[in-house]
Amino acid sequence: MLPREYRTVSSISGPLVMVEKTQDVMYDELVEITLADGSKRKGKVLEIETDMALVQVFEGTSGIENEEAKVRFLGKVQTLPVSKDMLGRVFNGRGEPIDGGAPLIAEQNLDINGMPMNPFSRDYPSEFIQTGISTIDGLNPMVRGQKLPIFSASGLPHNRMAAQIARQATVISGHEDFAVVFAAMGITFEEASFFMEDFRKTGALQRTVLYINLADDPAIERISTPRIALTAAEYLAFECNMHVVVILTDLTNYCEALREISAARKEVPGRRGYPGYLYTDLATMYERAGRLKGKSGSITQIPILTMPEDDKTHPIPDLTGYITEGQIILSRSLHRQGIYPPVDVMPSLSRLKDKGIGRDKTREDHADLMNQLFAAYARGKEAKELAVILGEGALSDEDKAFAKFSTVFEDKYVRQGEYENRTIKETLELGWNLLTMIPVKELKRIRDAYIEKYLNPLLKAKAEKGEE
Amino acid sequence: MPDKKEIKGAIERISGSLVVAGGMEGASMQDVVHIGELGLVGEILEVNGDKASIQVYEETSGLKPGEPVVSMGEPLSVELGPGIIEQFYDGIQRPLELIEKAAKSPYISRGISVPALDRQKKWDFTPKVKAGDEVVAGDILGTVQETVVVEHRIMVPNGVKGKVTKIEKGEHTIEDVIAVVEDGDKKYEVKMLQRWPVRKPRPVARRLAPNVPMTTGQRVVDAFFPVALGGTACVPGPFGSGKTVIQHQFAKWAQAQIVVYVGCGERGNEMTDVLLEFPELDDPQTGQPLMKRTTLIANTSNMPVAAREASVYTAITLAEYYRDMGYSVALMADSTSRWAEALREMSGRLEEMPGEESYPAYLGTRLASFYERAGRCIVNGKDQREGSITVIGAVSPPGGDLSEPVTQNTLRVTKVFWGLDANLAYQRHFPAINWLNSYSLYTERLDPYWDEKFDDQWSGLRVEAMGLLEQEAQLNEIVRLVGIDALSRDERMVMETAKSLREDFLHQNAFHEIDTYASMEKQFKMLKTIVAFHHAGLDALHKGAPMNKLFNLPVREQIARMRYLEEKDIAQIDKLDDTIKEQINGIIPVGGENNAA
Repeated sequence: MLPREYRTVSSISGPLVMVEKTQDVMYDELVEITLADGSKRKGKVLEIETDMALVQVFEGTSGIENEEAKVRFLGKVQTLPVSKDMLGRVFNGRGEPIDGGAPLIAEQNLDINGMPMNPFSRDYPSEFIQTGISTIDGLNPMVRGQKLPIFSASGLPHNRMAAQIARQATVISGHEDFAVVFAAMGITFEEASFFMEDFRKTGALQRTVLYINLADDPAIERISTPRIALTAAEYLAFECNMHVVVILTDLTNYCEALREISAARKEVPGRRGYPGYLYTDLATMYERAGRLKGKSGSITQIPILTMPEDDKTHPIPDLTGYITEGQIILSRSLHRQGIYPPVDVMPSLSRLKDKGIGRDKTREDHADLMNQLFAAYARGKEAKELAVILGEGALSDEDKAFAKFSTVFEDKYVRQGEYENRTIKETLELGWNLLTMIPVKELKRIRDAYIEKYLNPLLKAKAEKGEE
Repeated sequence: MPDKKEIKGAIERISGSLVVAGGMEGASMQDVVHIGELGLVGEILEVNGDKASIQVYEETSGLKPGEPVVSMGEPLSVELGPGIIEQFYDGIQRPLELIEKAAKSPYISRGISVPALDRQKKWDFTPKVKAGDEVVAGDILGTVQETVVVEHRIMVPNGVKGKVTKIEKGEHTIEDVIAVVEDGDKKYEVKMLQRWPVRKPRPVARRLAPNVPMTTGQRVVDAFFPVALGGTACVPGPFGSGKTVIQHQFAKWAQAQIVVYVGCGERGNEMTDVLLEFPELDDPQTGQPLMKRTTLIANTSNMPVAAREASVYTAITLAEYYRDMGYSVALMADSTSRWAEALREMSGRLEEMPGEESYPAYLGTRLASFYERAGRCIVNGKDQREGSITVIGAVSPPGGDLSEPVTQNTLRVTKVFWGLDANLAYQRHFPAINWLNSYSLYTERLDPYWDEKFDDQWSGLRVEAMGLLEQEAQLNEIVRLVGIDALSRDERMVMETAKSLREDFLHQNAFHEIDTYASMEKQFKMLKTIVAFHHAGLDALHKGAPMNKLFNLPVREQIARMRYLEEKDIAQIDKLDDTIKEQINGIIPVGGENNAA
């Protein structure tokens, strides 16, 4: 079938173009618009009536004229050419190479919207990923196939942390094919070059695919960027059997772009002007993480978003939290104290941790130790708050021990170097060492057998040292 | 049944999951249509002249104006018959396992048509009536052993009555005629396979008051905020507060004969978790795997939105069918907020006038009519069987803000409110049900039931324990201002007991093999022991016993460990009474009686 060409653009508003007298147009069809100066833009069909089509232009509509623009409907939905050669390459937000290299020779062309995974065909994620960061590995362990976002805020070092995870993430069971797919949506050139530089320096670039949509690129393009990245990830994971970590940053920019289109379409807004389908829209991306029965690859997602005004109840973090399997929240107060990574331990959560830790996975004592550290840190923080109001003197001896624990915990356990890669064993040992500060009878969450096995030798060593 | 009339039209407009078709003269509201060359399934939402607005249950990309739209003249219906239990369906009752086979891919592709029930499988049908018997709608014609624990009762379909002229014992598929009922010159052929439109409640003979408890094995629920058989409950909470774990706990341990679990717009991995875990877990009542009494319906958040809207109706119709057999059914819906969002999305595309937070104005009525399908009742049929549906709906309020429309409309119709608290969740206190703001309107109704069972002590214990927790909340205010030393000795005792109630009774570890479920006997004994220690402790303090010694008595360790006692060993809890008395007497100073304040 010949692609049809129309010169019937009737109205242009925001990122949307209305084309009239159309025939045989498909919903979601890819569109190419040729401008008066010969330059070309891409778009897709958002809505059709019998003889009219509403087209969303990815690169923005500036410069398009009613009279001159030629619109061609390409007879297919937006697809992405994929092949294993994507690794090590840099693409723009529409999936075109921008690293000066040769165009990609496609093994397959895949619909960027993907299809929903059949829940029956899913395999439950249960393999521990070691990120080398104690607050994640020890307290909020991540497993392959999980979607675990980082809730950050402007001015916090989420990019450095994401780069560190991308650099260090491994599985303890050994070396396997491992890839990182990185999608940047509306981040600045500075941030993008930080990632590229970091990947290049550490040699991680060879196993990375980058999709970069910068802050000054058209906002509408951002709608496709994460979908393109996830399509590439699905190919690498389930066709090439690789373990893929997908980093999406910054989801807040993505949602803003979505709101822009929704407003241009004059849709009834939901909370804070975001469209009512924001939840569904985000879910169609986040739910593309996972594992499949009978396939050895996996997709693990680390979306990063900046919470407007540090507000966790803002629709973007809120809806994300309802879809993803936990969240890592960064704390401005820890950051101010100069602690990196500033992970706010209490509200952070990994929902899939229970299946990924324990004997044969990390270590038998992991769960108990984790619960005890949480409980002790919570009590220590409470004691510190009390001390602020009533003075240190009002604390019982036990509370004083807990207060001290929480300070040291932040300093030694939470704080670590940007290039410090702690093994899970080191993280666990560190936890036990910190627990020696607390009277043994207060360690109610740990089984006696583990106290005997892991804590008592440390206490003994401490006592001997004290005698010297 | 009226003749099916086929109406053919063509697509005129496509916008997301909404398709408008022209040439649909004569089509009626809520009829099922097949759209386009692929035959996507949809339902008519609005009829205007010859135009019909259709919500499509599958992804619409690739559709073109002009493609055919065919209405079958029948509303969206589910298939009823043996084979429903142990199944894993999508929102419009397509088995996900068959979808996988048909699609030959782990992804759900479009236009797949698979039967909800196996047409080939033969079931062993045992008649319960004989030729010549008079039957009315709802009477049991015979039974089929559906799973080890579920006896599937084949009923006379609605609207049919008369004399049985033929009944076929033995192995049959669901499409075989198993009985013929004649009423004068009318003749009905009854098959095991029956159909029912999902949006129409199945009729019952009469409804009963909800005064029988449905235990869940969760202490905070059964003891303080119980739900009755046939009751309705809601669990609102912000993300990360443990809604899903609680729903799973109910699905596992609720004392119901059939469980229908609908994952509506939630995570795919969660459904996979249920699917992998339930066949492994044993039901405490029957000793058989939980899956043998469970049916799952999943419309995960990335599956088409419109089918999400249908999934709760599919679920409740299946629940009603088993209720009509005379079973107690528990329906867990996680989460009704996603269902409401699907409504909102369709309403927006239909360009309806928005109500609060752009939800449609009919949100409240829809929610109410859904929850009204719960209840305990005498079902149709001459034998006056009793059946019930208990509905437990999770609500996901944005930002944890309970003032939003879905929560508020739900609270108006449900009788139990389990409010989840993010702060409790941060402290890893699970289940994170806040005992201060949750409520159950069944508590008083159910007290007589438990009082009779537990020597008239139950309601007294419950009221006292609740009072202690309330007092603790007030005392905490004082402690925060002036420190714990400002409290009197009696008040310190209240604080200690409340702490014990919180940590040793309300807190329950869903992942601990014993603690995950507590029988009512166990709950009663635990509560009694904690309150007994309180009374004995107060008494001892009055007699001059030192507070530190009292709070550190070794028996308190035993109280804390009660939860880990297996059900067969719970008699040991009774012995704690003597231990408490003995140890407390040991710390009352000589002549303590005279020190009484």
